[in-house]
Amino acid sequence: MFSWLLKRLAVTLGYIANYGYTDGSGDWYIIVDTDKCDGCGKCVEACPYGVLEIITDDYDERVVAVRKQHSKNIKYVCAPCKPISGPRDLKCQKACPSGAITHSW
Amino acid sequence: MTTEFYRWTENSWHSPDIDWRKAETLVAGIDVGSVSSQAVILADDKIYAYCNTRTGSNSPDSAKKALSIALEGTGIKPEDIQFVVGTGYGRVNIPMAKKAITEIACHARGANYMGGPTVRTILDMGGQDLKGIHCDEKGKVTQFLMNDKCAAGTGRGMEVMAELLQVPIVDVGKMSLDVKEEPEPVSSTCVIFAKSEAIGLLRSGWTKNMVLAAYCAAMAHRVVGLLERIGVEKEFVITGGIAKNIGVVSRLEKELGIKAMPLQPDPQIAGGLGAALFARDLLLKSRKGN
Amino acid sequence: MITAGIDMGAKTVKVVIVKDNKVSGRSIVPTGFEPLESAEKAMDEAAKSAGISRTEIQRVFATGAGRKTIPFAANNVTEVTADAKGAVFLLPSVRTVVDIGAEEARGISVDASGRVLDFAKNDKCAAGAGAFVESMSRALEVTVPQMIELSHKSTKEAPINATCAVFAESEVVSLIHSKVEKADIAHAVHDAIASRVSSMVRRIPIEKDVALIGGVANNSAIVEAMKKHLGVEIKVPENPEYVSALGAALLAAA
Repeated sequence: MFSWLLKRLAVTLGYIANYGYTDGSGDWYIIVDTDKCDGCGKCVEACPYGVLEIITDDYDERVVAVRKQHSKNIKYVCAPCKPISGPRDLKCQKACPSGAITHSW
Repeated sequence: MTTEFYRWTENSWHSPDIDWRKAETLVAGIDVGSVSSQAVILADDKIYAYCNTRTGSNSPDSAKKALSIALEGTGIKPEDIQFVVGTGYGRVNIPMAKKAITEIACHARGANYMGGPTVRTILDMGGQDLKGIHCDEKGKVTQFLMNDKCAAGTGRGMEVMAELLQVPIVDVGKMSLDVKEEPEPVSSTCVIFAKSEAIGLLRSGWTKNMVLAAYCAAMAHRVVGLLERIGVEKEFVITGGIAKNIGVVSRLEKELGIKAMPLQPDPQIAGGLGAALFARDLLLKSRKGN
Repeated sequence: MITAGIDMGAKTVKVVIVKDNKVSGRSIVPTGFEPLESAEKAMDEAAKSAGISRTEIQRVFATGAGRKTIPFAANNVTEVTADAKGAVFLLPSVRTVVDIGAEEARGISVDASGRVLDFAKNDKCAAGAGAFVESMSRALEVTVPQMIELSHKSTKEAPINATCAVFAESEVVSLIHSKVEKADIAHAVHDAIASRVSSMVRRIPIEKDVALIGGVANNSAIVEAMKKHLGVEIKVPENPEYVSALGAALLAAA
């Protein structure tokens, strides 16, 4: 409870995490603002491909992260929600009540 | 192969003045990376000893080796160390570590210790990854980005070129700056394609120095691209092995328009040092609890 | 009408000569460090194989990485367009084309006339292309054909996690040190590249029949691994490395 209170009072307790990769074909990152994330896990449930998980970070906060086995393949793993031709349907972003998740592409 | 061109200098150091027996806390941080491993010993809040060595085929052995080299000649036995924190790619496999903390958090702490409270942006050019980290005045992470998918800009990428040109990796930076004029950077960032390009350039008459210059420029450009995703705020510091490659560092400073603040005693120990600082915090916290 | 298609690839130059809608000659020459010289040589050899002189070729279209550098080409077409045309010509039932080249891999969704409907590609990264296979064969200290043979003898799975050819080379070296059988490593190498290419191909709708073309399609271990990863039957036309050049030659006759 105390950390919840601290979050409301402090300007910045969290950090911005960029999960993904850069190679010859470009930059592919899922960006998590842990200031806005309270570890509710709605995004984890909403993702049909198991890309996300809730972890306890180095500062003992429960926040969302991209699973290690997916971070180097994120361009392809997330592709079904944003096909080359067709509408985007980012289920994780939609499920988050505080807008903590964004995609760089 | 008689000469291994990828071999950079392994080193270790311990303080001639500090008496570790008088310290209230004696802790260690061990960073097992995919290419190199470091162990850093803190006596109270001072760096007492450290070592920088190549990672072997397994993490626990590499951790033990790094620690024993750091302790050599100090009189400290491993059991004298009161708390060990492990970090790096092999952090979950460090048997003597009581806790594992990510390299991101450790690099930020380590850079903050070496560079001071004005450090805001850290670029870590590791053996097999690149990290961009923002931190506050206490060394707490405020943003990070890690790329471990692609060899461009990493130590392994540099080793490939050193091997191709048969140049000791410690000379790459210096040689790349010894050119009449700056050549066009190689057009591929992919190390494999850049290697083919380099072979072509050599055949068309380019000197080794020119090829190194073109390659370092391309690698610096990749690194700048990564940093620009999170922004660069002064003070800017560089950690990791390639911090010692002036060919890459000078070119990326030029492209960013910002000079990096040098870190002492060794930019390669940032991760291990940060881990040791966390070890000290945790030890003091546990003592208070008792 | 006699036309030619020239595919200026990163590693090899391919030329196909088409006369009255049939292949009448072809050649393949390493690109080397003088690509234009190699292009000329490839044209000469293709003409010879067709039993004609180069002057009888009425139009040349170029494709491939170096397609804009050919002075004697009347026009150039993208690799994707050429692949689609060539694949459907050879295998009219094909609706998805996967082309794995030396430096680039593509997945193309096509219609019955060989027109491109959608495509995805892995470019500028060796991990999803033939360069990866070559890199790994060097790490295993065998030739590529030897590596393919070894792969078929594999009895166990071995992990290759790296998504970069440079890191995978280090991984292979440490697998060898850990006494993993070369046959299992060879199999894992093919599996890794097939997995990468399949992830890319899944970005487009995959409709049967699926064809695999490009030089790497000659690698039977890759074909097997691709079948496993995509979960479909895969057709490989004869001389798969020439399909792009063929497509260009057909488009030149259109």
